[in-house]
Amino acid sequence: MSQPFRLNKEGLINRNKKISFTFNGKKLFGYEGDTIASALIANGIHLVGRSFKYHRPRGFFGAGVEEPNAKLQVEFNGHSEPNVNATEMELVEGLSATSQNCWPSVNFDIGAINNFLKMFFPAGFYYKTFMWPKSFWYKIYEPFIRKAAGLGVASIEKDKERYEHKFEYCDLLVTGSGPSGLASAYAAAKNGAKVILAEDKPRFGGTLLTDDVSIDNLSGKDWAEKIITELKSMPNVTVKNRSQVFGYYDHNMLVMFERVSDHLEKKSKFTPRQRLWYIRAKETILSTGSIERPIVFGNNDTPGIFLSAAAKEYMKVYGVLVGKKPLIFTNNDSAYETALEFKKNNVEPIILDTREEHSSELIDEAKSKGIDIRFSHGVIVANGYKKVKSAKIGKLNKDKNSFEKIETVDCDCICVSGFWTPSVHLASQSGNKLKYEEKIDAFIPDKKKQHETSVGAANGSFTLEESLKHGFENGSNLSAKITETKTEISIPNVNEKKYGAHDKFWCMPLPKNENPKRFVDFQNDVSVSDIEIALREGYRSIEHVKRYTTLGMATDQGRTSNLNGLQLVSNIENKIVPEVGHTTFRPPFTPITIGTIVGREVGMEYMPTRKTPMHEWHEKNNAVFVDAGAWKRPRYYKEGNETLFEASKREAKNVRENVGICDVTTLGKIDIKGPDAAEFLNRVYTNAWMKLPIGKARYGLMLREDGIVMDDGTTTRISENHYHMTTTTAQAANVLSHLEYYLQIVWPELNVNVVSTTEQWAGAAIAGPKSRDMLSKLYPDLDVSNDALPFMGYKEVEFFGVPSRIFRISFSGELAYEINVKSDHGMFMWEKMMEVGKEFGNQPYGTEALSTLRIEMGHVAGPELDGRTIPSDVSLNGLVSKKKDFIGKNSLGREAFNVESRQKIVGLIPIDRKSSIPEGSHIVQDQNAKLPNPKLGHVSSSCWSVENNNPFSLAIMKDGKNMIGKKFFAVSPLKNKSIEVEVISSHYVDPEGKRVRS
Amino acid sequence: MLYIKCPYCGLRAQKEFSYGGDATVKRPNINEEVSSEDWDNFVYMRKSPRGKHVELWQHIAGCRQWIKVQRDTATHEIFQTAKVTEEIR
Ligand SMILES: [Zn+2]
Repeated sequence: MSQPFRLNKEGLINRNKKISFTFNGKKLFGYEGDTIASALIANGIHLVGRSFKYHRPRGFFGAGVEEPNAKLQVEFNGHSEPNVNATEMELVEGLSATSQNCWPSVNFDIGAINNFLKMFFPAGFYYKTFMWPKSFWYKIYEPFIRKAAGLGVASIEKDKERYEHKFEYCDLLVTGSGPSGLASAYAAAKNGAKVILAEDKPRFGGTLLTDDVSIDNLSGKDWAEKIITELKSMPNVTVKNRSQVFGYYDHNMLVMFERVSDHLEKKSKFTPRQRLWYIRAKETILSTGSIERPIVFGNNDTPGIFLSAAAKEYMKVYGVLVGKKPLIFTNNDSAYETALEFKKNNVEPIILDTREEHSSELIDEAKSKGIDIRFSHGVIVANGYKKVKSAKIGKLNKDKNSFEKIETVDCDCICVSGFWTPSVHLASQSGNKLKYEEKIDAFIPDKKKQHETSVGAANGSFTLEESLKHGFENGSNLSAKITETKTEISIPNVNEKKYGAHDKFWCMPLPKNENPKRFVDFQNDVSVSDIEIALREGYRSIEHVKRYTTLGMATDQGRTSNLNGLQLVSNIENKIVPEVGHTTFRPPFTPITIGTIVGREVGMEYMPTRKTPMHEWHEKNNAVFVDAGAWKRPRYYKEGNETLFEASKREAKNVRENVGICDVTTLGKIDIKGPDAAEFLNRVYTNAWMKLPIGKARYGLMLREDGIVMDDGTTTRISENHYHMTTTTAQAANVLSHLEYYLQIVWPELNVNVVSTTEQWAGAAIAGPKSRDMLSKLYPDLDVSNDALPFMGYKEVEFFGVPSRIFRISFSGELAYEINVKSDHGMFMWEKMMEVGKEFGNQPYGTEALSTLRIEMGHVAGPELDGRTIPSDVSLNGLVSKKKDFIGKNSLGREAFNVESRQKIVGLIPIDRKSSIPEGSHIVQDQNAKLPNPKLGHVSSSCWSVENNNPFSLAIMKDGKNMIGKKFFAVSPLKNKSIEVEVISSHYVDPEGKRVRS
Repeated sequence: MLYIKCPYCGLRAQKEFSYGGDATVKRPNINEEVSSEDWDNFVYMRKSPRGKHVELWQHIAGCRQWIKVQRDTATHEIFQTAKVTEEIR
């Protein structure tokens, strides 16, 4: 179990804790603190995947978030996750990782034949190749693309993990714990500001962990540890590792993705896997650092080729060598630090520097250590298929477009450095227009757009001294403005090596007659020639080049490819880079799990559940519930093996013959008070309200300003200036907002107050011919006669000792009453009704029976008041006053509303008196007519009429009542039904409304 | 997510509010004659400006007051909020 590439002592891993895992079925081990990548490299494994388009062998390229290649399918803690970044995922015991995008195996991948057919896969190949013939699309092209282009496989199992959302507010959010981030957080914390410091990686310190520097005579790593320890001890500071701030949104809201427990072997049941933080920060420090830029050369995607800083990080953080015969290929000084680190670990590197011979502090040190440095040199092409074996290198001429000398050198890895690209994603997302900084050949943030301040490498400052200085200054100044406290902090002494200038050179030329692929974007397999083709074919805008070639469009968002792509376009087009511009940076910065976005809002917690006070009784009595908005309402009460149809028929029939009770708590209730309440109602409703006596209810209809019916319901005058309004369950919230709008904005002069009392009252409807008998038993002292309590009457009477309200109103068309008691007494009322009602044959009924009852009475509800109907469409024009003004009145005169043939409400019965008519059916003259068959209307509500024992429907139909007596077809393509129907009146039962008044 | 300053409750997340459209629209007076053109303008015609716009929001999960918000429709920047009885410059 030796690890051939693990150093003996270097690194920050815990060598006392071995962790076993498997890769493509092979059992391996690493140490606590390893990533999957560092553990695999320690074991000498570099081939981890196949590329997207050509299925070329791919290895690791980076050591963190910049990694374009090493995306694995990983199984751990009982779930399987695709596209996991091997350079970020920490090793946990029992983890099992497998390669993606290869079949049958990563070593032998049939798709690799694409590599040899690459002339068929140029830029835009999806658009070109799969265009013709059209008939090939479904059977051949699409399955091929799906199979060939697949990344990982999403699990179809239910995600058992817990995810959480958290809302947080702070004075200063610092994104990244490198030197500038630490300095900012520290200075702000000392000023007493509420600070959140977020670090993406498990370890704090950023480049301080890998750079050979000292601060106040401490190593970078030790200084970082000291600062973090102090920050953690301060009550005004929250320090978070494994936390990626991935999005910068409006009004300084940033969103952070915290990996809470993926790295833990054991966790409690309630520990979330991941957490999403919504952070509203007054000020934001963007200390996101920079990412090394590659240099493009032939076969630069071969496993064993790394960014030079990643190679250094593997040595210094993980104690792992990426190779034992390294070639360092650079256009700047920073790669020399990697070479020196190799040398320190007794590995002899060769440095190829594209610059002409010169000297700097680092070059001199490398020379003095006897490192082989070759100036004006570069890698032309890497040799080796599944791993680098050697490299063809060349001495560049003065113009750097051809070679003075070409030779082949053996190597087992190539560490490449093309200088540094500031990570400006968050700044750009905040709305900051970036500017091109020629000194570093990259974009940096420009003028502030929101409250973002970029510091350190993210702002293009690549020296430690400058980064710390900017960090302390900005952290201090920004926080002092908020806390009005300024604590002086002395800026520490820094010891670091001075870098010389970099070479403006990022793409190696090719010798004549050689044509290896030179990749710009690894994850999407975009090569230099693809970009050339796109430009040759006339694509000019960088956004178009991006979409045509797919450059920078993969999950890594072109972190290592964007600038090289821009540079190429600018070279070919003879433009400078800022003229070419850059593509848009979009959140998330790194892929996040769907589970995190969803959080706890799943299953039961998807939305709040509203239950009436009688809910438990319904549950105990076999109610089958239906969702009405957030409410749960009994749809029917199941007896034995009854179906919905049978049960609702039984319940509805019992109301028509005896008496039934229905839980109507969910109806919207609004208390309206004030001296102008009557005037207000008179404006809100279409009918007259000025003369409603105290103790009387009235049915009312309200419109929107465009004349469309908004809602209906009864309103009762409780006392002189006090009204009780009811709304439909669905419109309760909208009606309240509507009333508040008119009272606050349009007619503030009206002295009226409105408040929702829906939750304060429990309601039960008692309906049926025996309801009066039952009521007299419920209220033994009350005169329940038709004279004493007439239709639309109202009484306040005690119900077995508790206060109650009796409204004589009816939704079913039967003699009916509605009783309200305080919610706390709801269950008491219901149980009492069940007990007292026994002798009258009382049964509870649900919403299905309720619908049946109202439909056969021709009483309109939601399906008819569908946002398209005006009062006359639904036979409610009798409620529209001609004498007074009201909301929406002026719209009723519109021409289209007054066309005689306008669609209006009618009733329908099937000719055979048996076939139920599906809701939503279209009404047509000829069921066999050619499509599009002219539609005369639609079926809005259907029921089985218990009164007439046959199906009955309401429909909204052209010419309305003029069609009565005629025959049509109701066709439902969805149900594959066509039923011959006859048009009748919409009032199928008791059209004169005698029962409710009886 | 926007951060809206309710004149009654202070800065609150957008989640607590619901949008209510153009705040500059004035309803014709009740009980007064109105031409059908004026009425149609009131019911249907809305400008959709790019840039500064005064709009109505209701603090539905808070004080339930309707408020005025002057917002840039392109950048979402909020310049000013006010009670509906107050003017926005
Ligand atoms: Zn408020």
